Amino acid sequence: MSEIELFNWIRGPALQIATLIFVVGVVVRILEVLVLGRKQDLSEARGSGVAGGLRTIISRMFPDRGTLQRSTFNVIAGYVFHVGFLVTLLFYTPHILLFRDSLGVSWPALPTPVIDATAVVTLIALIAVLVHRIQHKVMRFLSGFQDYLVWLVTFLPLLTGYFAFHRVVLDPQAMIAVHILSVELFMVVFPFTKLMHTFTLFMARYYNGHIAGRRGVKT
Amino acid sequence: MSASLEKGIHALKEQINAPVASFFSSCVRCGLCAEACLFFTETGNPKYTPIHKLEPMRRVWQQEYTFWGRFAKALGLSKPVTDKELGDWETLVYDSCTLCGRCSMVCPVGNDITYMIRKMREGMAASGHAPEGLVGATKLAVTVGSPMGVKLPALQAQIRQVEAETGLKVPVNVEGADYMLLLSSMEIMNFPEFIGAVAKILDKAKVSWTISSEAFEATNSGIQIGVSEIAAELVQRIVDAADKLKVKNVISPECGHAYMAIRWEGPNLVGKPFSFRVVHVLELLDELRADGRLKLSSKETQRLTYHDPCQVSRRGGVVDQPRRLMDMVAENFDEMPESGTMNWCCGAGGGVSSNERADDLRLQVFKRKKAQLEAVKPDALVSACSNCRIHLEDGLEKYGMDIPVLSLTETIAEHLADE
Repeated sequence: MSEIELFNWIRGPALQIATLIFVVGVVVRILEVLVLGRKQDLSEARGSGVAGGLRTIISRMFPDRGTLQRSTFNVIAGYVFHVGFLVTLLFYTPHILLFRDSLGVSWPALPTPVIDATAVVTLIALIAVLVHRIQHKVMRFLSGFQDYLVWLVTFLPLLTGYFAFHRVVLDPQAMIAVHILSVELFMVVFPFTKLMHTFTLFMARYYNGHIAGRRGVKT
Repeated sequence: MSASLEKGIHALKEQINAPVASFFSSCVRCGLCAEACLFFTETGNPKYTPIHKLEPMRRVWQQEYTFWGRFAKALGLSKPVTDKELGDWETLVYDSCTLCGRCSMVCPVGNDITYMIRKMREGMAASGHAPEGLVGATKLAVTVGSPMGVKLPALQAQIRQVEAETGLKVPVNVEGADYMLLLSSMEIMNFPEFIGAVAKILDKAKVSWTISSEAFEATNSGIQIGVSEIAAELVQRIVDAADKLKVKNVISPECGHAYMAIRWEGPNLVGKPFSFRVVHVLELLDELRADGRLKLSSKETQRLTYHDPCQVSRRGGVVDQPRRLMDMVAENFDEMPESGTMNWCCGAGGGVSSNERADDLRLQVFKRKKAQLEAVKPDALVSACSNCRIHLEDGLEKYGMDIPVLSLTETIAEHLADE
């Protein structure tokens, strides 16, 4: 296989395979949760479970004051890398063009310098959360192989994308191929790891808020 | 696999439902729950991180209910949960969790961790890994009807004493009464004034009420230890008594976990909705207040603060009622930092107080409550749970703090207007 053939394979069949694994994997994981079901709650409700569930989906985006004070770094760095990751993924012109071509939907992009700066901030935030995970006694204690793997597959697309944009390390075409490959790795790892929280947290928050909402507790 | 381990794993599998699966799928190991748990904040030991207390149950979920986990299990690549492991987890699941629910309030992905600990205890108890103290209390609850072994004659003696002190009749087994009062053994034995307080308030408010001689115990050791069959049997006794006396309402006493047991778990344990309404005593008092049937002639002048029993407020939803009652009875009511649904547990709920092995630990983690109290410096501390109350008194004594602990119901009764 020549270099060109390899690049074409990465952009073509490999991307399709990765997307298939991602989509099927995510759907299976969500169904695996939902089919377990839950028993109807027979206690007399004080408040609305549905309203509580929907409210908690939104309210858990914001930490309580005590948590913000006690875990300031964790909360702030967490926000930064999540927002930064989504902004670079969703508002960089070439990405939007890709979404337009594959999904048929598009939206306005952010100016490239903004994306560039966001990528740098996100990379720094990701390095910071890794150092924090290794140093913080609770996080180190809880962390296993998967937590570091997930960090790596999240970090690589940003790093390779940043290199490709600045035309450094490898020649641009090769760097973009490596970037796409890293995205494929992210997509393949996604359904089998805690990256699933991207989707399941909506269910988790809903259930939590539903249980509390029936009891008249705001969470 | 031993028979007891098999029973334990089976019980854990039975407990896993869509909420549990969504919670385990969502955990990102951020560790924020540790900072919400007084067992971590007061010891600094990461093993007390709430989500870690569920590790064996998480693996059962992963190996049984996820495609990838089943695949790995089939290839022999996964680590099965062992009896030794469950044994190692016993202190984490029972001694260092009061089911207070604070972690469930802060988890950024929304995991109700406490809900899962309650479920995990079903597997622990089934596999023979429940603490001795709780096993003993549960046996007494089943055979005698009270986890502390309090029998009817003891209650009758306390009722006679209360009647002599208040000059009021405490109605027992009155058919067709509107309300049936439940009590916790601790109230009967340690705080019989509570019975007198309720008698006075309900007499003034002209509420028809009664106590059943057949089911007066409100607490439920079956829930704390995690044996739903026993928990259901204890709830059924109350249902039968309420049906027999044809009451419209059942009053849960101040005791927080009793409220959880009868109000929220009860109908689910017995498998059908109740034919009566369950109200917490503070809910009832607040309703009477709103109706103008609870009138006070004076107020407490000393500086008071209110300790939310976790199962009453955060897990039970009785949050605003005690505050309205506090405003009614206290001239000088100040909230502790992080009160209401974000209150810090006293350290003795969820069966921890029945578990002697945890005595030192519960007093160690009381430092969190101590810090909260130091921020307010109240003259007295008001609460609404006899179990909290005993532990609060214990903790305050241990740390040399001279703060009396009052019951909100009793405090209100002391200020009742004559008319």
